[in-house]
Amino acid sequence: MEFKHKDIIALRDLSKAEIELLISTAENMREVNSRDIKKVPTLRGKTIINLFYESSTRTRTSFEIAGKRLSADTVNIAPSNSSATKGETLADTALNLLAMKPDIIVMRHAVSGSHYFLSKKVGCSIINAGDGAHEHPSQGLLDMLTIKDKFGRLDGLKVAMVGDITHSRVARSDIQGLTKMGSSIYLAGPPTMMPPGVERLGNVTVCGTMKEAIQDADVVIMLRIQQERQGKTLMPNTREYSRYFGLNPENLKLAKPDAMVMHPGPINRGVEMSSYVVDGNQSHILKQVENGVAVRMSMLYHVCGGGSVE
Amino acid sequence: MNLLIKGGRVIDPSQGIDDTLDVVVENGLVKEIGKDLAAPAGAETIDATGKYVVPGLIDMHVHLRDPGLEYKEDIISGTRAAVAGGFTSVCCMPNTKPAIDNKAIASYIINKAKTDGFCNVFPVGTITQGMHGDRLAEMGELKESGCVAVSDDGKPVKNSELMRRALQYAAGIGIMVISHAEELELVGEGVMNEGFTSTELGLKGIPRVAEDIATAREIMLAEYVGASIHIAHVSTKGSVRIIREAKARGVKVTCETAPHYFTLTDDAVRGYNTNAKMNPPLREADDVAAIKAGLKDGTIDCIATDHAPHHLDEKDVEFNEAMNGIVGLETSLPLSLKLVDEGLLTLSQLVEKMSCKPSELLGLGRGSLKAGSVADISVIDPQKQWTVTEAALASKSKNSPWLGESMTGAAACTVVGGKVVFSGR
Repeated sequence: MEFKHKDIIALRDLSKAEIELLISTAENMREVNSRDIKKVPTLRGKTIINLFYESSTRTRTSFEIAGKRLSADTVNIAPSNSSATKGETLADTALNLLAMKPDIIVMRHAVSGSHYFLSKKVGCSIINAGDGAHEHPSQGLLDMLTIKDKFGRLDGLKVAMVGDITHSRVARSDIQGLTKMGSSIYLAGPPTMMPPGVERLGNVTVCGTMKEAIQDADVVIMLRIQQERQGKTLMPNTREYSRYFGLNPENLKLAKPDAMVMHPGPINRGVEMSSYVVDGNQSHILKQVENGVAVRMSMLYHVCGGGSVE
Repeated sequence: MNLLIKGGRVIDPSQGIDDTLDVVVENGLVKEIGKDLAAPAGAETIDATGKYVVPGLIDMHVHLRDPGLEYKEDIISGTRAAVAGGFTSVCCMPNTKPAIDNKAIASYIINKAKTDGFCNVFPVGTITQGMHGDRLAEMGELKESGCVAVSDDGKPVKNSELMRRALQYAAGIGIMVISHAEELELVGEGVMNEGFTSTELGLKGIPRVAEDIATAREIMLAEYVGASIHIAHVSTKGSVRIIREAKARGVKVTCETAPHYFTLTDDAVRGYNTNAKMNPPLREADDVAAIKAGLKDGTIDCIATDHAPHHLDEKDVEFNEAMNGIVGLETSLPLSLKLVDEGLLTLSQLVEKMSCKPSELLGLGRGSLKAGSVADISVIDPQKQWTVTEAALASKSKNSPWLGESMTGAAACTVVGGKVVFSGR
């Protein structure tokens, strides 16, 4: 099968088969990452610009390493502010970058949907490294790859997701991806952080309590609680949040005995997860990071039209 | 110039007329309506066969952007768009730069419209000085200068005490207060309606209750002080219900809605379409149904466009950065005629909401074809097929959610003060 999209902006836009292709290619890419010399010439001569309007360590580094392992030339740009009201507009920045003939722009931006806007302006491929509260497709793919590593499949699993669903682009990509693959999502979080109609996104159940969500779960995905996003009105404080929506060794027992625990990072230890769980043997958090490189190699590879990997 | 408008279906709710008749215009006034009338000396004859002939349409809520924001629209381009849409009068909102909070600005607009404009322009003054929301504007002088209402449109008056005083003071002067009803804390940083679509698109939502609460507040304040209040651009099911209840118990509340609120839902935002971004935002199917029910049962008095031109640079940006508002003057008529096709309104009821009622509420002395009335007349071709394109729009700005779509119905001829100012697209 051929991957026909110029861009990867949202898992919502991809079919089940396309998601499977991206994941299976990522599985193959891991072989490259295990070599002594971790480099193949597949994207030699291609230029990738990592345009990050929001700060990021993990995702930006992961995309950069992914590009380099495929022999592409990668350039990182972090404009100091993201607002179109200050200085150059996003469209102008993109058109100027485009004049330097990149093949792919990997962008993170605070405004949901800004990649669609950009895609209409430029001819090169666009990969979404996170847009507002919309999607974070590479995170969704790496989460699925990590789950597949453990269970050998992505269908028929009970996946619990706990935290601020409203502001989470990871949640939206995970929901889009995992429900397309045939798993069920159980959400928990304060009602102030549960967006309206979220059940209609796929096979999604909103649970009244965290206990209900993680009961007999195969996978527990904890989301980062962000004081800067939640402001003053969505929860009293992190202490109370942690009491009702924090994962600890006690409530983790409600999940299946071999349940895996994941988190997109960065983690607030002691808030959404206790350190005993973060560092415990059910945690797959570092495995997620490792898979991130392979998944991003797969994404870069496919938007460039595929070809052979030596 | 004298006119004989011949053989059209004349619909004039002010006289209970709906019949195939001729209209004679002499010296800027309607002289006579009747069967087989003879053309007066030197009259131009307009063949209105198969067309509707109605009292000139009035849009009581537009933004002409003049003075100060002429790169979006000005009095000339805005009134040109108005007459192309079949309107003979528009009421322009005061959020110009500077705002219409004094006689100088009001007079500038009235004079410029008289000398250079294509239709009547009635300015709406501000409720508060500079629309800053802290001191009442000089409503007396605004009225004397020709303002027909006051509003801080676009910026709700947050302070309830100030709003109470504004309603009392305006009642004393005899000028209508128009409220942009939104509770700003609930609007927050929202950029579209809060609902399933905002969840899927990951955009910050504006809950419907933000409008409902503000509508309820305005009604309670008006009721308390015994004043009247007009609610602008009603978009929610809740507002319709609250206004209906208030009318039933005798509160002097009136309201308007805009064609986009009975035509589109927030689905139009999909694809992050900035031409579907406005304030209040497009709502959901049950709101559209409630707006239609409100139009039908008379809860909603008027149809106004909230014509809000914005430059391409202000719309061709990321969704959150885009300005609120759409142009509406040239699409209002075909979209509103659909309500008649659907059997929701009779033609006569539609003309009431687009001409008679706005005139009555604002005291414009128009909205009628009685002998002796000012000859503001809209001749409408209900069958005219046309496509909304940037080139087809007379407005300076092209921010319409209907670009590329075909419309049925258009102004065939627009007559202002007995003068033909538009004769078909």
